[in-house]
Amino acid sequence: MNVSLFITCLADTFYPNVGESTVRLLDRLGVRADFPEGQTCCGQPAFNSGYRDEARDVAKTLIESFEKSEYVVGPSGSCIGMIHHYYPLLFEGDSRWEERAKKFVSKSFELSQFIVNVLGKQDLGARMNAKVTYHPSCHAMRLMGIKHEPLALLQNVQGLELVDLPFAEDCCGFGGTFAVKMHEVSGAMVAEKAEHVKETNAEILVGTDMGCLMNIGGRLRYEGAPVRVMHVAELLWEGVKS
Amino acid sequence: MSVKPAMPLKERMKHAIADETLIEAVKKTTDRLEGGKLASSEALGNWQEWREQGSRIRSHVVQHLDYYLGQLIQNVKKRGGHVHIADTAEHAVQIFLDITKQKNAKSVLKSKSMVSEEVHLNKALEEIGVKVLESDLGEYIIQLFGEAPSHIIIPAIHKNRYQIADKFSAISGEQISEDTPTLTAFARRKLRQEFLEADIGVSGCNFAIAESGSIVMFTNEGNGRMVTTLPPVHVAFMGMERLLPSFEDLETFVNLLPRSATGQKITSYVSVINGPRKEEDLDGAQEFHLIIVDNGRSNILGDDEFQEVLNCIRCGACLNVCPVYRHIGGHAYGDVYPGPIGAVITPLLRDDMKVWGDLPYASSLCGACTDACPVKIPLHDMLVHLRARKVKLGLTPGWERMAFRMYRGSFANPGRYRLSMRAAKLMVPFMAKDGYIEKGPLHMLGWTNARHFPSPAPQSFREKWAQLSAELEGPKGGDSK
Repeated sequence: MNVSLFITCLADTFYPNVGESTVRLLDRLGVRADFPEGQTCCGQPAFNSGYRDEARDVAKTLIESFEKSEYVVGPSGSCIGMIHHYYPLLFEGDSRWEERAKKFVSKSFELSQFIVNVLGKQDLGARMNAKVTYHPSCHAMRLMGIKHEPLALLQNVQGLELVDLPFAEDCCGFGGTFAVKMHEVSGAMVAEKAEHVKETNAEILVGTDMGCLMNIGGRLRYEGAPVRVMHVAELLWEGVKS
Repeated sequence: MSVKPAMPLKERMKHAIADETLIEAVKKTTDRLEGGKLASSEALGNWQEWREQGSRIRSHVVQHLDYYLGQLIQNVKKRGGHVHIADTAEHAVQIFLDITKQKNAKSVLKSKSMVSEEVHLNKALEEIGVKVLESDLGEYIIQLFGEAPSHIIIPAIHKNRYQIADKFSAISGEQISEDTPTLTAFARRKLRQEFLEADIGVSGCNFAIAESGSIVMFTNEGNGRMVTTLPPVHVAFMGMERLLPSFEDLETFVNLLPRSATGQKITSYVSVINGPRKEEDLDGAQEFHLIIVDNGRSNILGDDEFQEVLNCIRCGACLNVCPVYRHIGGHAYGDVYPGPIGAVITPLLRDDMKVWGDLPYASSLCGACTDACPVKIPLHDMLVHLRARKVKLGLTPGWERMAFRMYRGSFANPGRYRLSMRAAKLMVPFMAKDGYIEKGPLHMLGWTNARHFPSPAPQSFREKWAQLSAELEGPKGGDSK
């Protein structure tokens, strides 16, 4: 099995620990992954803002860098969702790129989806004594249909108390450039999300997407709320290595 | 009609967010409606199949709109009704004013109709001195406030009962208490007198049935039946696309519409109107007019990216689940149709991206609207398509175009990407504190008003990779085979 990591620009730059946890977790599961260095970003910031030509050029760079991979695994439902949902549209009718894009789509997986559905593993032997709540990111949930996979992994962590997040499926207000462009309403949305997180009295908020977690985590820190924010890969790796 | 909102979108949003009473009222009701919808649709069992079926029927109608419109017109006429086609909002209003003049009408009674809101009928009638009264409780309330609806189904969603009791007390000169039964009873008393005096009744049309020439209305208050049967003349406004081929197709929408709109299995009344009163009929209007309104809809026909939006049955489900709508209410959208559906159809119907091109950005693209839509319109995709259209028309700001050119320049070139990431990191020590930027310059400002921003990690993942990879390659690299 030849697995390549797509670490996403956000994780690469701000959260290398998420990438590291991803690769160590896969290694523990017997999967040796490589990291094609030509990768940068999925193109979502440009695409969602309406800049299709710009998004297309960035997407081509990504497709090229994973051409030789059998599987592409990334720790972000949003970026993988961009690939699955919009790459076919972006290259529709382009004789040189349509097929390459489709091939890329069919081999790309979000991390929890890959572990649960491709590797067929749910219990990674992790332990952690903590009260945890889970925010299901919109794109993982709605573009990728990833609902039970992260929960299955979390439910199998020994000692972990998983509490329901009220209004879990409401967007946190990140939305990429939305958080900057419409920052007033985005700010109101994330304030509400942080309220719900605090209501759970959880010590850790866990998610599958660093965009949302950067937003919610940034709000919790702004309020001085003592909630730790972790990507599912970080939590699992921390639980496995101890 | 050239309609321009008084303030830019950002200003409208800011005002709405600051109005705590409004936001609290909107959140309370949308939460209730969303919960009701989930419960009633799950109880149906195979909700996804109903949605598929609904989508299929609506797409079929829209694809063959000319055929079904022809059939409808023929059948309405056969039943003795008059049919008018209005290309524009002005045209629709003119047709109505002509009927008013011809009948020498002094007072018009309305049942809720989004299309008559869309063409601004009330304003035109008031200008010529014809009394116009809304008979739907929600519409009646906002008419008293001199406002427009802020939700497709619950027009007065943004008002709480204390505000309503104050308004009722002010117009009646007596103290009206704020409990719901008292408020409803007061409105009923006031409206009943008017029902008997009205010269023309105006209604909307949830669906028109092509094969029978009937119009169908879903209502909860009974006022729809009064409006369409008591006054001597009944005029129905219909959006050009609101057709179904047959009564068999209506069954699907009897299941989909009330559940999506209010969480009800069925509304209190489903009225089917087959033209004017016949000699043997006990009630009904003596004259029936159907005004079929285009007003920008044919611009959308034949457009691959947007045609499906004509499948919309105006249930408001996308509003109830939209986190942006719940934080700003309906008026901030600046026109008749609020929420995700409004953000899509307003720029299209108005055919003016210069004035309305900011609406598609009023969404975090979370996709809740698409998930909620009973006829599976991919609303969040359409919002992205509209943004692309705005870019293509060259209507986005220069700094933004420059920013995305720079994004392409560095992100489509791994070498330059590494360089620019390093350059960005050099800036950070001047702004960050404990790994976070708490107040940033320029465009950071919006973000840091409500949250802190992380500073780039000292070592990026790709910088760590060589070491990490060597470590895992080594003899202790986990339990890999």
